[in-house]
Amino acid sequence: MIVGGGGQGLSTAHALATQHGISDVAVLEKGPIGLGNVGRNTTIIRSNYFHPDNVRFYEHSLKLWETLEQTLNFNGMVSQRGTLNLFHTEAQRDLFTRRANGMRLLGIDAVALDRKEVKALVPRVDLDHGRFPVLGGFLQPRGGTVRHDAVAWGYARAASRAGVDIVEHCEVRRVVSERGRVTGVETTQGFIGADIVCLAVAGHSSTLASTAGLRLPIESHVLQAFVSEAIKPVLDVVLTYGAGHFYISQSDKGGLVFGGPIDGYNTYGQRGTLPVAEEVVAAGLTLLPSLAKLRILRQWGGVMDMSMDGSPIISRTPLEGLYLNGGWCYGGFKAIPAGGVATAHLIATGESHAIAKHLDLDRFADGRLIDERGAGPYPWAH
Amino acid sequence: MSAAPVPTRGRTDMLRLRCPHCGLRDEAEFRYRGDATQLRPAGSAPREAFVHYVYARNNPKGWHVEWWMHVAGCRAVLRVVRHTVTHEIHSVTLPQEPVDVPGDVR
Repeated sequence: MIVGGGGQGLSTAHALATQHGISDVAVLEKGPIGLGNVGRNTTIIRSNYFHPDNVRFYEHSLKLWETLEQTLNFNGMVSQRGTLNLFHTEAQRDLFTRRANGMRLLGIDAVALDRKEVKALVPRVDLDHGRFPVLGGFLQPRGGTVRHDAVAWGYARAASRAGVDIVEHCEVRRVVSERGRVTGVETTQGFIGADIVCLAVAGHSSTLASTAGLRLPIESHVLQAFVSEAIKPVLDVVLTYGAGHFYISQSDKGGLVFGGPIDGYNTYGQRGTLPVAEEVVAAGLTLLPSLAKLRILRQWGGVMDMSMDGSPIISRTPLEGLYLNGGWCYGGFKAIPAGGVATAHLIATGESHAIAKHLDLDRFADGRLIDERGAGPYPWAH
Repeated sequence: MSAAPVPTRGRTDMLRLRCPHCGLRDEAEFRYRGDATQLRPAGSAPREAFVHYVYARNNPKGWHVEWWMHVAGCRAVLRVVRHTVTHEIHSVTLPQEPVDVPGDVR
C-alpha cells in the first residue's frame, strides 16, 4: 500500500508493477492525483549535484527522464534545454569548477562558460551589475524541464494499466500496527489492511509517521513559486542566479516560471508570505532587469519535508513493514523516476537499490550525513 | 506609545512579532532558530538521546514552540508560540519566562 498519489508514490507503484511483477498495489490519495507538490513545483530536472552519491542518484533519474515518454507512452514534454548556473565571485567559480569536475569524472555533462558565452546564451542577463557582476557560468546541457502534470498523469495511467489500484479522495489518518508490525491504515473510507505500507507524502511525512510513533529528522517548510504573464520566447535555458537564491525558466505557454528560497520557518500553510516573494523578485530583477515590466500572474506555495541534512530519505523504518519515501526538500520533482525505482526495489527485494543506499534513515544516527551545502542540522538553512 | 492592534493571522501577510523589549516588529528583523522544545540531554545520556536532540523533531501541524532571535533589534533570543497552519502568534516571551501553549500541541 502506498500512501500518497504524488510523483514519488505513483512512480513507486509503477516500478513495483512493471519491474518487480507486484501489481497488488494500492495508491491512496487524499484528493485527486497531481494536485500536491507534483503539480506545484517549477518542473526542473538536472543532476548537477556536489556529493558523488547524490550525483549518481540524480543522474540515474535524469537518464530515466530521457526515456520517460517511451516508458510511459505519454507526452511529458521533456525539454533538455540546459540548466545554467551563474557565478559572481572567484570563490564561487572555484566551487562550481570542483562540482563540475566531480560530475565529469562520473561521466556527466558539465560545461564551463565565460561571460561572452553566457551573454550569447541569455542576452537579457545583466553581466555588469555594479555589486554582483556575472563572471561566468556552468551549463549542464542535459538539464531542463518536464511538464509536471503529465508526469503525474503518465505514471498514473501506466501504473493503472499494469494493475495498480489508484484510490482518490481517500485520506490516510493513521498508520495501524500490532506488536511492532504494520497491519494497515485508517482512512476516511475506513480501515484498509496491508502488511506493507509506504509513506510517500512529503510535506506531511512527520504527521503520518507520528501516528506510528516515529519522530523523523524532518521539518515542514513552504516553498513558493511564481509565474508571469505569457510572453514571446525570451529564455531558452533554465537559469540560476549565484548571488542570491533565484531560478527561472520559460514554460511552453510563455509564462516565466521562477522561484527562490523557502520561507524559512516551520509551516504547513500551503501559501507563501511576502518578504520572500520580495526577495525572489529583487534577485530576479538584479539578474534580468528587463523583466521589470512583467506582471506576476500567479504565486503559490508547496509544503515540503525539509530534512536535517537537506537530502531525501528512502528507507525502511523502525516499524516492521513501514517504509518511508520522503525528506525531498525542494528536489523531489527531478527525482521522481529514480525515487520510485529505488523505493520499489527496497520494498520488493528488502535491499536498498545501489543508487539509494546512502538515503537510509539510519544515516543520521551513524553520522553519515549527505549535506550538500554543509549547512548543519538546520532544515531551514538547506 | 500605543500601537493599534495589528492582525497576526492572515493569508500571505508577513509575521509580526511583539518583542518584549522593542514592541511589534516585522519578521524581517528576526532570524528563525527552530524548535524550542528540544532540550540538550545530560552529558551522561546515551547516544540515542543525543541523536534525538540533534535530529528528531515533532514538526507539529498546530502550535509550535520556537526560537526567534531579534537580530536587527535588541538581539534577544525569544520564545515564540506560533500556529504552523494559520501562522497565528500566541505569545512572544523571554526564555526565562514560563511558556504557555494552547491545548492542541503534540
